[in-house]
Amino acid sequence: MAVTDARPIVTRRFGLDDGHTLERYVATGGYEGLKAALGKTPDQVQEEVKAASLLGRGGAGFPAGVKWGFCPPGVWSRYLVVNGDESEPGTYKDRLLMERDPHQLIEGVLIASYAIGAAQAFLYIRGEMALAQERVAQALNEAYEAGYIGKNILGSDYSIDVVLHWGAGAYIVGEETALIESLEGNRGMPRLKPPYFPAAKGLYMQPTVVNNVETLSNLPWILANGATQFGELGAESARGTRMFAVSGHVKNPGVYEVEFGVTTFRDLIYAPVYGGGIRGDRKLKAFIPGGASAPWFYEEHLDLPLEPGAVGQAGSMLGSGAVVVMDETTDAVKAAWRLVRFFARESCGKCTPCREGTSWLEKILRRILDGQGRPEDVDLLMDVSDNISPGLSWPPRQTTICPLGQSATPPIASAVYRFREEFERYIGAPVEVTVPVKGRTYIPVTAEAAGV
Amino acid sequence: MARFSEANLKTATEIISRYPRPKSALIPLLHLAQEQDGYVAEDAMEHIAELVGVTPAEVLGTCSFYEMFKREPVGKYLINVCTNISCMLLGGEELLHHLEDRLGIKAGSTTPDGMFTLEDVECIAACTEAPCLQVNYRYQYKVTPEDADQLLEDLRAGRRAHEVPEHGTLARVRQHIPADRRAGNAIPGQCEEPVWITRAAASEGGEA
Repeated sequence: MAVTDARPIVTRRFGLDDGHTLERYVATGGYEGLKAALGKTPDQVQEEVKAASLLGRGGAGFPAGVKWGFCPPGVWSRYLVVNGDESEPGTYKDRLLMERDPHQLIEGVLIASYAIGAAQAFLYIRGEMALAQERVAQALNEAYEAGYIGKNILGSDYSIDVVLHWGAGAYIVGEETALIESLEGNRGMPRLKPPYFPAAKGLYMQPTVVNNVETLSNLPWILANGATQFGELGAESARGTRMFAVSGHVKNPGVYEVEFGVTTFRDLIYAPVYGGGIRGDRKLKAFIPGGASAPWFYEEHLDLPLEPGAVGQAGSMLGSGAVVVMDETTDAVKAAWRLVRFFARESCGKCTPCREGTSWLEKILRRILDGQGRPEDVDLLMDVSDNISPGLSWPPRQTTICPLGQSATPPIASAVYRFREEFERYIGAPVEVTVPVKGRTYIPVTAEAAGV
Repeated sequence: MARFSEANLKTATEIISRYPRPKSALIPLLHLAQEQDGYVAEDAMEHIAELVGVTPAEVLGTCSFYEMFKREPVGKYLINVCTNISCMLLGGEELLHHLEDRLGIKAGSTTPDGMFTLEDVECIAACTEAPCLQVNYRYQYKVTPEDADQLLEDLRAGRRAHEVPEHGTLARVRQHIPADRRAGNAIPGQCEEPVWITRAAASEGGEA
């Protein structure tokens, strides 16, 4: 058990009602990280972030400092794009960071842009997040007035505009090249990599760094307190803290900032300060450790630390920090169907395996649930999945431009490997014909009585 | 109505001026059109095309990709019920069906009085507050059937007007960059190394 008393980093102002205002932000140590950064050279700032080994908090978990270093030298202009398009099912942290502490994010944007030499920054917020857009707009306006953004920031020779931009409802735009397409005013379809690695050919075909909201929100603290102090938190391979949204069948669903790599899933789900155990003290059936795309975990995985390496070795991922808990009453077939339907709906339609595969999988699962499943359907599900992601291995193999298509396969593989009998029960059950009577009240009729 | 009003044209021009390339303003301008008319009208798309220098077909191409843009009028209040995994586990589907019953419509349609449109949506990032819904993108958490009934009643009676604007209005606060604080757009191909990078490199070189 490792429920540590480490003080929170990115959520430390969440208890304040006015933590989103400039006044409160500055009064609680805000913009000190930016001042510290401006006292260093851009290279020194990059080194500091590299030394902190801050892993990207978006999903892929790539070290932020290293990612910055991929911009080809001597090619200008460069851009920083903030990925605030949080939409992975179960994921709920970036929205809170934008609503409750927008200045922290802005400060992080300013530090990152200074370090990489970005000439303009774009803050892309998911379309459905109206309050986040309002809070960030307000914060940007205040910060411009106060001289933290714009021309000659805090009297230095560092100048940059931060432009607020928002989306209009498309999960795929969370993929960085799709985000760039969207920011250019196009349909949010991912670009082929290579050659379109954002660091080399990103926004307007210029070097571009795309960073997640939580990643950037860590920078002010790192610059103000130093990489060494940051490194004291968490495990060797995963420093600092991380926000996890624990949802589903737990007693206390919530977003918790915990020490990275030290805390375990058991802590997160059962510790009284976090999830508090399963509702009604029922048994755990399965849990999703890192968002809808992650293979499910079960009872035997509870003691794994929240550390990308350990979770990866066990066959899943920490992904976006979304832990969805399913108790013993959960219908595994239905859960798999709902997750797959998400990917089928959100497929952008560019690559055949994803466009055709995800919607085919969804249809098969739907007919199984409706009692119309065929005996060969379970194998067919696995076969279609295998065509989208050959071998159904972990990490998954990809037949498409972006990882969306293959993301539909882990829920199916997880449910079929572990709960195959539930699928077979649906398929083997006698067909029930239902007759709508009034509104949505259905009276089940046996096939015999209906004369079918 | 459908082309931008004079006031909105001014806002549109300000938005376009913030991007190195005008086409980048497409999505914000489509939102502005939706705010003006409650949906994105064809004339609005033509106007946007003129403003950013692309064809109306390109504007439609972008518009039709994104779920939030409605190309036909919808209800004054758009109710989006999340039925994705975390909400499904805690009654999101039942909540959706309850609202279908109460409103007498199926998800995806609008009440005959034009008051409500009901949608079955994907995760809206409030997973720990399940089951949740949004009315014109304003959250309602842990919604019970009773809460849902109360919400409909309040909306009909206009009691939520202060927190829920009519469909189309997203953020009620806009970004404004004061002219004297602007750093300026970074237009690709017209930029040199930023001065702070050059200065840092020069001083490091000097030290060495």
